Amino acid sequence: MSTLIEAVNLTRVLPAIVPVTLIKDVSLSVGEKEFVAVTGPSGSGKSSLLYLLGLLDRPTSGTLKIGGRDSGPMDEQERARTRLAMMGFVFQFHFLLPEFTVRENVEIPMRKLGQLSRPQMRERATELLESLGLAGHLDKRPDQLSGGQRQRVAVARSLANDPPIVLADEPTGSLDTKSSEQVFHILETLVRERNKTVIAVTHDVEMAARMDRRIHLVDGGIEEP
Amino acid sequence: MRLILEIAFTHIAGRGRQTLVAIVGVAVGVGFSVAMAALMQGGQDDFVEQLINTMPHVQITDERRTPPRQPAEEVFGAAAISGLRPREDRRGIINPTAALTWLRGWVPGQVAENLKAQGVIRYAGRDVGASIIGVDPDAERGVSPIVEDFVQGSFDRLRAGGNNILIGDTMASRLGAGLGDTITAVSSTGLSRNFKIAGLFHTGTTARDEGEAYVLLKNAQILSERANAINEIRIKLADPNAAPAVAKRTEAELGYKAMAWQEANESILEALVVRNVIMYTVVAAIMLVAGFGIFNIISTITHEKARDIAIMKSLGFAEADMRRLFLIEGVAIGAAGSLFGWLLGFSLVYALAQVRFELATTGQEMTRLPIAWSFLHYLLAAGFALASAAVAGYLPARRAAKLNPVDIIRGAT
Repeated sequence: MSTLIEAVNLTRVLPAIVPVTLIKDVSLSVGEKEFVAVTGPSGSGKSSLLYLLGLLDRPTSGTLKIGGRDSGPMDEQERARTRLAMMGFVFQFHFLLPEFTVRENVEIPMRKLGQLSRPQMRERATELLESLGLAGHLDKRPDQLSGGQRQRVAVARSLANDPPIVLADEPTGSLDTKSSEQVFHILETLVRERNKTVIAVTHDVEMAARMDRRIHLVDGGIEEP
Repeated sequence: MRLILEIAFTHIAGRGRQTLVAIVGVAVGVGFSVAMAALMQGGQDDFVEQLINTMPHVQITDERRTPPRQPAEEVFGAAAISGLRPREDRRGIINPTAALTWLRGWVPGQVAENLKAQGVIRYAGRDVGASIIGVDPDAERGVSPIVEDFVQGSFDRLRAGGNNILIGDTMASRLGAGLGDTITAVSSTGLSRNFKIAGLFHTGTTARDEGEAYVLLKNAQILSERANAINEIRIKLADPNAAPAVAKRTEAELGYKAMAWQEANESILEALVVRNVIMYTVVAAIMLVAGFGIFNIISTITHEKARDIAIMKSLGFAEADMRRLFLIEGVAIGAAGSLFGWLLGFSLVYALAQVRFELATTGQEMTRLPIAWSFLHYLLAAGFALASAAVAGYLPARRAAKLNPVDIIRGAT
């Protein structure tokens, strides 16, 4: 099993008059097909860690390798490129672009990557959305969908470029129980059937218990159980 | 790049009302800039045109800039002369035929000669002092706008020959004379002749309407007892700006004082420079205000899109993509606004051009607002609008693109 994410002594300090340490000396490695829960009390740095791993934020110190490549020396363009090809994000709120249809939202990352032809992109977006039970909603706008449906569109979008890693920040945090269950099931399927690695931040203990591996954060550091 | 363009246009189209407000904002700025520029420029042009039209572009008189030199001075390099009066000249331009032929040979414009003599016009016991100007009607037509200014009779009646005279309407009313009446002209040498009024003109300049009388050149020469003499040559050029060069060459060749209209109106032109500065300041101020409005609207839209910037960054768009996206949006709104602004500006200018009003002092002249139709104004206004729209799109986008998407995502949750 090869390592997808390898972090050594990651530290993130917010520069301020009194500097705030968000993440302290976190070392971890995540391989293929892992289903990882990041848990911890509020303010423990769960989301901060996820953003660091997702190259949305830069660590103050420590090294982070994505797919074997050191992210330290990458410039902004390369980081964007790595996010595009290697990762998909799902946030607590769907964060779809409101002016675009559901299918266009899924197509945008593909078009940015530019590896498929337009008809192929369309086909792939349609397939992804249909596999997530959104067959009848392809040409609707995000505000015409329910919360659970939007979140599923966000999942489809995160899979657009078939990335090996999906990062989810409280993906069920704003959903009702039924929709939560649906979205969780989808994430689980990603690991089991599509061979993705899913790292999900959650404060839901029961949900975390159903995942393969748990990383528990307290005050920015990993606490071994 | 095509993707960025598409996203930009979807953004613009997706927020109909906001886009409309932004475009209207830009259009109003551009439109009013254009209208104001047209009005200011028009006023200026009108003023200069009046100035240029009413007077000859180059006026050659029988004076010299320096008094004639004594013969001794011509011969000896250093001669001290005291107590001598300058030699008396025969007044008038010497050898006028040769001078005129020479001028007509190279001057790009119209040349007219005349003899101006001071005299008195007398009718029914009333005297009015006047400049009696002898002209060649055909040549005069080319240099003087007076031809168009007749309220009764016409300039062409002078051509018929005979003892016809044209006087200003104010002079006529002071004399109590009308068209067809016979008046007496008395020259400074004491000679008097009778003339029949063949036309009344009204130039709008009181000094001329009251103090000028036109007769045939021949009649003026007889009246002032100077056969074949002329004392003034006036030149109207196709390009008024060439006047100083023409005047210079003429003066060098003929020796007579040749004055370009720029020299004759130096103080007015100086005032015009000040006016120009004021005009450009006002137009620049209007454009600046419009530019701020445009900046404001577009930067507001960009700020509202901060969340989308964060989302797209998380999807794998780079900062440069985001800057480009909002630059395109700003420029697109600026371009659309400029187009509508042109329409608005054109309509405003057209409306202003229709305004007519009466000048209270004379009571008979209808005047329009002077309007300059210049494509340059449209280009300038649009260029300024585009530039401020681009800056307004770019600056906030650059800041937003630099922001850590995490901060924006956190802010939203």
